[in-house]
Amino acid sequence: MRRLAAEVLLVAGKDLRIEMRSRVVLNQVLPFGGLVLLLFAFALDPDRGLLPRVAPGLFWTAVLLAALLAISRSFAIESAHGARDGLRLSALDPAAVFFGKALGIVTELLALEIPLASGMFVFYDLEGQGWGILVLSSLLATTGLACAGAVYGALAGGLDVRETLLPLLLLPVVAPVMLAATRSWEAALGGTTADAWPWIQVMTVFAVLYAALGALVYGPLLEET
Amino acid sequence: MSDSKGSTAGDGASVAAIESRLLTEGNLRALGVVAVLGLAVLAFLGLSVAPPDRYQGDAQRLMYVHVPTALMGFTAFAVTTAASGLYLWRRTRNPRWDRLAASSAELGVVFTALTLGLGMLWGKPVWGEFWTWHARLVTTAVLLFLYLGYLALRRMIADPGTRARRSALAAIVAFADVPVVYFSVDWWRSLHQKGTLVNGGRFDPQIHGTMLLALMWGFGAMGVAYAYLLARRFLLAAMEEGIEERMLDAAIAERLAEAELEQAAAFKATEVV
Repeated sequence: MRRLAAEVLLVAGKDLRIEMRSRVVLNQVLPFGGLVLLLFAFALDPDRGLLPRVAPGLFWTAVLLAALLAISRSFAIESAHGARDGLRLSALDPAAVFFGKALGIVTELLALEIPLASGMFVFYDLEGQGWGILVLSSLLATTGLACAGAVYGALAGGLDVRETLLPLLLLPVVAPVMLAATRSWEAALGGTTADAWPWIQVMTVFAVLYAALGALVYGPLLEET
Repeated sequence: MSDSKGSTAGDGASVAAIESRLLTEGNLRALGVVAVLGLAVLAFLGLSVAPPDRYQGDAQRLMYVHVPTALMGFTAFAVTTAASGLYLWRRTRNPRWDRLAASSAELGVVFTALTLGLGMLWGKPVWGEFWTWHARLVTTAVLLFLYLGYLALRRMIADPGTRARRSALAAIVAFADVPVVYFSVDWWRSLHQKGTLVNGGRFDPQIHGTMLLALMWGFGAMGVAYAYLLARRFLLAAMEEGIEERMLDAAIAERLAEAELEQAAAFKATEVV
């Protein structure tokens, strides 16, 4: 168990070190997310008071789009220089590789969500309440997104068309996360916290399901020729 | 064509024997005739024998096709999942399961798209709109996209072994999502018309007489049509793989011949010198 944790941290640490040095997520994906939130204001005239009401949906749409890029990036670094073979030959537990990739993506996504959410609260003029629910549902949704993303990133990894294939594969799968995170943010911001619980359950089930599936399928996924 | 790749010899041989005895051209033709006749009788039952619905009028007749296609769509995806599991399990690993999974997924996409299309045609006169955001509609749409993704993934991997393994994993991982999608969307909006046949887990038909007969016949006829199309697509997949292999062999042979010619030319050149 301790060994597994050490291996998970090793893989996640490797990804985060690459990110620290290249700053692709921070310098490209984060501004992209901000841009999406800006474009929503163009699409839905800010004077009509629509933005604060639909803000949770817009936020999670922006996060989902940014997550696609972050996941793509996380597997692009594996496809260059035969890194996938290196990972396979490293004798790391495949489950540890999976959890490491997912943990790296979770860290990157949280680093995106915090500035994006702060920006949205300011620019969309939201009143913050239900912070506990907001934070809890973000953590669960991000974990679910990262676990499913790590599975599908590896499935599409190494293919020439992974940038166009990944959204088609991943978006329908994470549809429940998008739905649940939006509803639970709406409940928290609307002051009806009790309505958030079914959605918290959906996100928990999803995160556990894809964490388990990922740990199971990574072995066969990595060992292929 | 080599089917022995990765499978134990005995198991592969017995499956091959069953396959060659069952999937003969004669059997397939007979199945095709039964399927066409079944659908023709369904059209007759649904359009003339069953009475128009008291409230929905003639539009309700679409149910005799819509509900069976929906069921066959789900069945097809279940078959894909089962076949993918059989492919992944080492003891039953055989390219046949991969072919079956792919063929069934294609049919599932066709049946599911048909279900949505027919449902929309029915929705306009009855609900007054083509599309509503009811739980079952949204779930079915998500399901369609899940398997469109699966088919897209299949098309993009050239190596048969990698393709079979990755798509089998993709099929299982996607199928695991279906209940989560269903329950979450159901909580979101639960307004779809109540089940006509099964309510509260019990067979409790809300329709009777010739209407029930037409619907039950629809299930049978659509099931036979699915089986026929699946068998045809399955054999076609085997032929496609055969062509791929032959083209690969031909390309290798061509390349080898070229190399030999070059060598011979080089040898001659040294002799002349």
